[in-house]
Amino acid sequence: MKENLIKGSEIVCKALINEGVDTVFGIPGGAILPLYGTLNKFPEIKHILTRHEQGACHAADGYSRTTGRVGVAFATSGPGATNLITGMATAMMDSVPLVAITGQVGRPAIGTDAFQETDITGATLPVTKHNYLVMKASDIGSVIHEAFHIARTGRPGPVLIDIPKDVFDELAEYDFSKDSKINLPGYNPYLKVDQNQIEKSVDLINKAKKPIILAGHGVIISRAQNKLLELAEKAQIPVVTTLLGISAFPEDHILSTGFPGMHGMAYASIALDEADLIIAIGSRFDDRIVGNAKRFGKNSKKIHIDIDPAEINKTVKVDSPIVGDINEVLELLNPKVNSETHTSWLKEVEHLKSEHPSLMIPESETLLGQQVIKTLSDLTEGSAIVCTGVGQHQMWAAQHYSFKKDSTWLSSGGLGTMGYEIPSAIGAQIGAPDKTVWSICGDGGFQMTVGELATVAENKLPIKYAILNNNHLGMITQWQDMFYNGQNMHETYTGNPDFVKLAEAYGIKGIRVEHQDDLEKAINEANNYDGPVIVDFVIEKVDYVYPMIPAGGSVDQLIEEEKK
Amino acid sequence: MSDGIHIRTIVALVHDKPGVLARISGLFRRRGVNIESLAVGHSEKSGFSRMTFVVGGAENSVKNISSQLNKLIDVVEASDISEKNIVWRELALIKVKCNQSQRVEILELSKVFRVNVVDVGINNITFELAGGKSKIDSFIELLDAFGVLEVMRTGRIATLRGATKVGINDGEFTASDNSDIYIADKDASGSV
Repeated sequence: MKENLIKGSEIVCKALINEGVDTVFGIPGGAILPLYGTLNKFPEIKHILTRHEQGACHAADGYSRTTGRVGVAFATSGPGATNLITGMATAMMDSVPLVAITGQVGRPAIGTDAFQETDITGATLPVTKHNYLVMKASDIGSVIHEAFHIARTGRPGPVLIDIPKDVFDELAEYDFSKDSKINLPGYNPYLKVDQNQIEKSVDLINKAKKPIILAGHGVIISRAQNKLLELAEKAQIPVVTTLLGISAFPEDHILSTGFPGMHGMAYASIALDEADLIIAIGSRFDDRIVGNAKRFGKNSKKIHIDIDPAEINKTVKVDSPIVGDINEVLELLNPKVNSETHTSWLKEVEHLKSEHPSLMIPESETLLGQQVIKTLSDLTEGSAIVCTGVGQHQMWAAQHYSFKKDSTWLSSGGLGTMGYEIPSAIGAQIGAPDKTVWSICGDGGFQMTVGELATVAENKLPIKYAILNNNHLGMITQWQDMFYNGQNMHETYTGNPDFVKLAEAYGIKGIRVEHQDDLEKAINEANNYDGPVIVDFVIEKVDYVYPMIPAGGSVDQLIEEEKK
Repeated sequence: MSDGIHIRTIVALVHDKPGVLARISGLFRRRGVNIESLAVGHSEKSGFSRMTFVVGGAENSVKNISSQLNKLIDVVEASDISEKNIVWRELALIKVKCNQSQRVEILELSKVFRVNVVDVGINNITFELAGGKSKIDSFIELLDAFGVLEVMRTGRIATLRGATKVGINDGEFTASDNSDIYIADKDASGSV
């Protein structure tokens, strides 16, 4: 019995390996040093040293969104742990499965305001699906297996495990077969789909004259893209996606109808409004789509398919909810849905597309963000993995990049985290080493996590960063102009670095593009370069994202283009 | 969204371990729900506690709060029983000023309310009273004339009538109707 005792830190590593973990992102520090001391005995686990814990968390997030596996981040106690919070909140809002392991001060010091002590389980309560403070080494194994189970099942989310320094050094037994048995009464992620709910929804679909599918992130999380395609094609239902549902449905498909909402395509918002049935699949009716909840979808009945019962009727009242895993639900639903043509409705949608083109790029002498994305989309044939930050560049990327491959869009949709663009691409590239990763950045967000360029350089990750550089917080300029009487304040950057020189300082290839004529050449050069590249696209200083539906508004307030 | 405060009664079976209440109260705070009363105690199953919350807030905040509670890993099951047929009780300890000359009068009053006397001092008397909110409120109001020194209330505890219990089941998401619950007349002392 006694010879089976191993250190808590070894239990951590063994349990991670048993969970199939091959990569972790993190930064060492005092309280987690015992774990780092053990890590080198386990070459199965590759550790990527980031420059900030937020970077580690976003990288784990990018890794997870690309691979569909649980991302793992390490951080030390105190500031290391609190630096994870933005990353955890980002993952929580977008239902990304993560496990973060933080060091904590030793057990005798807990509660004494010790050096680098923070109550991280308390601090992360609202931004984690669950969290743990492990007070004895014998609990580590079962807690880790439970944490992975919780992170990846049901509606996925981040889980944090806080382990005091001396618990890493405490000896205990680890028995995988015993410790991996999950006993969580009340946590039932494998919901049995209710046949009545299916029947009711099938009936609504078969009776609908103008149905539309609103496909969300849930489709991607369930990896149910094929079943979505099957449903759409069988019943000839046009598909709009949410922002995070982008890449759930091929955008070159005839039924693809863009994405609706605040900066979505006008035709998508109008089609969604004119439909007589909205089939929401793995979407949570986010306020960027719904706007005015009382006005939203006033012409339609609604079916809501989601794994999270708490999302049903949360913001939008639905007629027929189906709770369950999307793959499983569509498996049951698709065969019962009638084959339809919906000829006149599809004609109407086609008409909307031509009447409200939405993606016209204005004539311009100077370089425009939209042009950059459009060219990038063409030259990468819509099949790169695309990461973004948050703001105008993100919306242009969502609008003008034509996604043809599934699970290739990584963006902070729910939390809207600027600074996501650099580290998420690190995780994405490590998760998909053979794919081309383009990260589309704003000059604002880029500087929030710019230190991670060192991580990129160190690991020779061939990520292509496209900065849409207007020396502005562009979306702030747009909002101040539109809603704050043009009082532009604190949205202009006069101290931006020379991004090409900055790239070179990190040993990264830097390219500057100032003219439309150089666009293709630069993108091709970046694509063909075997290593990381930063392309500084100097774009028009002030430009607006259109179409736009103001916050809390409806399709009635749709602004299609700038009034000259 | 809609005006006014909506009051809901929620019962939950939860894991009995540190931090569970913080998770629950944090969720209420985050979703704009106020705790009117809260009662916690061990359940019939070891390692698990039962909680009864009376919560108030805007309709949108409170209407799906039990679904949100069910997402917490430490909550085995939470159920909004506001519209169900339930019995509920609250216990109050009320300390009142009372000199010797008032004692007979106050004890007569307490008989009407079927109240127990748990402590008598030279100038005070303490009553124990179980019942619905209105019964306790009326009794306190009556005692006001004597001078209420202290009121301690446990908050509501509630259970469904009939055999149904909120607890471990197969965890299926079902619609709000439950065949085991029959609709009966509203009990003045107990039902909401």
